[in-house]
Amino acid sequence: MIRRAIASREMILLGAIVLLLGVIYTRFPGFVAPNNLIRVFNDTSPLILLAIGQMIVILTRCIDLSVAANLALTGMVVAMLNAAMPDLPIIAIVILAMGLGALLGMVNGVLVWKLQIPPIVVTLGTMTIFRGLIFVLSEGRWVNSHQMSAAFKAFPRSTVLGLPMLSWFAILAVILFTVIMSRTTLGRAVYAVGGNPHAATYTGLDVGRTQFWAFTISGALAGLTGYLWVSRYAVAYVDIAGGFELDVVAACVIGGISIAGGVGTVAGALLGALFLGVIKNALPVVNVSPFWQMAISGAAIIIAVAFNARANRTRGRIILKRAEHAT
Amino acid sequence: MQAVAPPTAPEGARTDPILALDGVTKIFPGVKALSDVALRLYPGQVTALVGENGAGKSTVVKILTGIYQPDGGQILLDGQPVSFATAQDAASAGVTAIHQETVLFDDLSVAENIYLGHAPRTRLGLIDTRAMIAKAAKILASIGAHMDPTVRLRDLGIANKHLVAIARALSVDARIVIMDEPTAALSHKEIQELYDLVEKLKAQGKAILFISHKFDEIFRIADRYTVFRDGQFIGDGLITDVTESDLVKMMVGRAVDQIFPDRQRLGGTEILRVVGYDHPTEFADINFTLHRGEILGFYGLVGAGRSELMQALFGITRPSKGVVRIDDKVRVIRSPAEAVAQGIVYVPEDRGKQGAITSLPIFQNITLPSLRRTSRNGFLRLAEEFRLARDYTSRLDLRAASLDTELGTLSGGNQQKVVIAKWLATRPKVIILDEPTKGIDIGSKAAVHEFMAELAAQGLAVIMVSSEIPEILGMSDRVVVMREGRIVDILDHDNLTPETLVRRAAGIEDGADQ
Repeated sequence: MIRRAIASREMILLGAIVLLLGVIYTRFPGFVAPNNLIRVFNDTSPLILLAIGQMIVILTRCIDLSVAANLALTGMVVAMLNAAMPDLPIIAIVILAMGLGALLGMVNGVLVWKLQIPPIVVTLGTMTIFRGLIFVLSEGRWVNSHQMSAAFKAFPRSTVLGLPMLSWFAILAVILFTVIMSRTTLGRAVYAVGGNPHAATYTGLDVGRTQFWAFTISGALAGLTGYLWVSRYAVAYVDIAGGFELDVVAACVIGGISIAGGVGTVAGALLGALFLGVIKNALPVVNVSPFWQMAISGAAIIIAVAFNARANRTRGRIILKRAEHAT
Repeated sequence: MQAVAPPTAPEGARTDPILALDGVTKIFPGVKALSDVALRLYPGQVTALVGENGAGKSTVVKILTGIYQPDGGQILLDGQPVSFATAQDAASAGVTAIHQETVLFDDLSVAENIYLGHAPRTRLGLIDTRAMIAKAAKILASIGAHMDPTVRLRDLGIANKHLVAIARALSVDARIVIMDEPTAALSHKEIQELYDLVEKLKAQGKAILFISHKFDEIFRIADRYTVFRDGQFIGDGLITDVTESDLVKMMVGRAVDQIFPDRQRLGGTEILRVVGYDHPTEFADINFTLHRGEILGFYGLVGAGRSELMQALFGITRPSKGVVRIDDKVRVIRSPAEAVAQGIVYVPEDRGKQGAITSLPIFQNITLPSLRRTSRNGFLRLAEEFRLARDYTSRLDLRAASLDTELGTLSGGNQQKVVIAKWLATRPKVIILDEPTKGIDIGSKAAVHEFMAELAAQGLAVIMVSSEIPEILGMSDRVVVMREGRIVDILDHDNLTPETLVRRAAGIEDGADQ
């Protein structure tokens, strides 16, 4: 029954996105043309990639505020690497970006696991450190388009079957992590650890180690996004994706991922990201002022949280009703 | 000030009670915690509330302090029916409680702790710190506590914290003081000081409800007693009219409505031997053996160290000394995962917190510790998982619409079955059940008991930690009695009586008053 409620929560979110598109259509029909929708999806892909990683971290009752800084640092490193060694193949750069991102995620994970520091404190700290490192590495200078190789810049834009590479990465991540979360022991451990850490410990699961892997995955996805971001915009500097971690957390919250841990799906993270993506792309074209854009995004977050809280309360009532019957 | 006049008539002929419970009933889902109980508290007298674990004592405290609302009956204050809808109501009626774990604020000063919520104000409505400190000092002096009211609570010892709690109780002009196991954490000298304090409170005409497991202190300071058993009122009267034996008999009685399965004792080979197990703070000098097909009961009062011992056996905490032998081989268990690998599983007492993952479906709860068997190369095999879950839920006679339903939607009894099924699915050698039937309904209790008997018959060794005497008597082959972190006795089923159990657990000498 609850499972269906969760499914329906995602259906409601999907309905909200469709409704939103319908409203936009009345004002600006061109927005819902297939080509434009592909453009919107492509534009939202970095958010989708990061939201999936963030979802896994949140499921284990943690939070990763360092994702955007991780993205920026990794992006800067690969951009500088490309500027220095233009002949490095793209595949090597992709692997390097994911590896470096994962490494940065592991730093978060180890601090949470071994030193038991609250995740919000750890990632707030590493967020600042990563940004600082970019400054140290680049000495505050930008890596501009003309310093990057053509292949480096072209990769995320190259299309396969009509979709840009960037979109394909998002689609692949959605499929891969849907399988991981529902069909592997790691995914199961993530849900168990977040659902009830005490019970998970008693079951023989290592709560800290599971959280460590969640941070590592989040970091790897942030690193990958770092390369895609820098190459797509063809520029790397200290402040890229500044404040983007908040969008990522917002996408998760809108997507029904419980901040209390243990509840949430990849589909939810995807839809949450798309919802924000549609708002961000549509509001400017229908001439809504930037102030209202932020207010609407904020309202969506609060509505989503209120909705989740209400869904949990009904669950409580169900238990009581049953218990009353039992006595 | 009221004179302390010990009344001669048993049922309150001379003085009327300040506070009384009349026919109070409290029902929780699946359990009747209190059924038509009576309790009378007289001014200037100490009433001891006596009963086994689960008799309903703490429920009464919560009703008296406005945390729970009774489902039937009434509370009478000076003979007038009142209702304590909130803790605030109870406090303003003059009821105050000093709990086992005192609820105070470590980072506030002593004076602030005493006056939190009712601090003296200046004309501007701000807290009058100087007056507060002066008043706090006066109250502290009146109970003989010599401490600086400006010191932070964190810097005080546990005994002094108790004094602060008592001072707080006095500061609100309480007429009824509830002391819930106040001596549990105190040293001998501090207990003496507490007794003196109780005398002072009596002299001030306060009615005191004193909850304790220790018979010596009940007979030392109580004027009256009230006995509860299984949420029912058993009797009350003057303490001078009864002996320890009388009270023990009233406490244990005989539950007639519970039938336990007939069991054949197997006398299997030894599977587990614990030698010289020590923990720096929780238990010491633990030695016992466990055999295949045996149900070994662990009895003791709450806080006797039973659960702590089991957690150490399961690798959650580390003992400082001692050896565990499984099948005569020394094994070191450093984590729950290692315990499971060695064939030891633990069904914890606090099901909600430590056992069930309510946001996961039933089948995923069951397979969680067995994922190594139901997965291949890290990939889950759902068909395998469902087979395992179906197998064990049907053995436990669990009825659920679907194994895909979330565990949180099941009743407490069914959740307990799922938690047990989860551990059985790991095919253990030793299963530790900590309060396996606590808080579940009679029907589910019987099913759990029957299943335990079945497990033992199949050769599994069962350790059952229980505070319910009927359960210990009805199920165990042998009973380990623990008190204050040590094993005081290991009793064979054949010479077990409820009285011996209670005496051993409470530390009453044999034949002291017979």
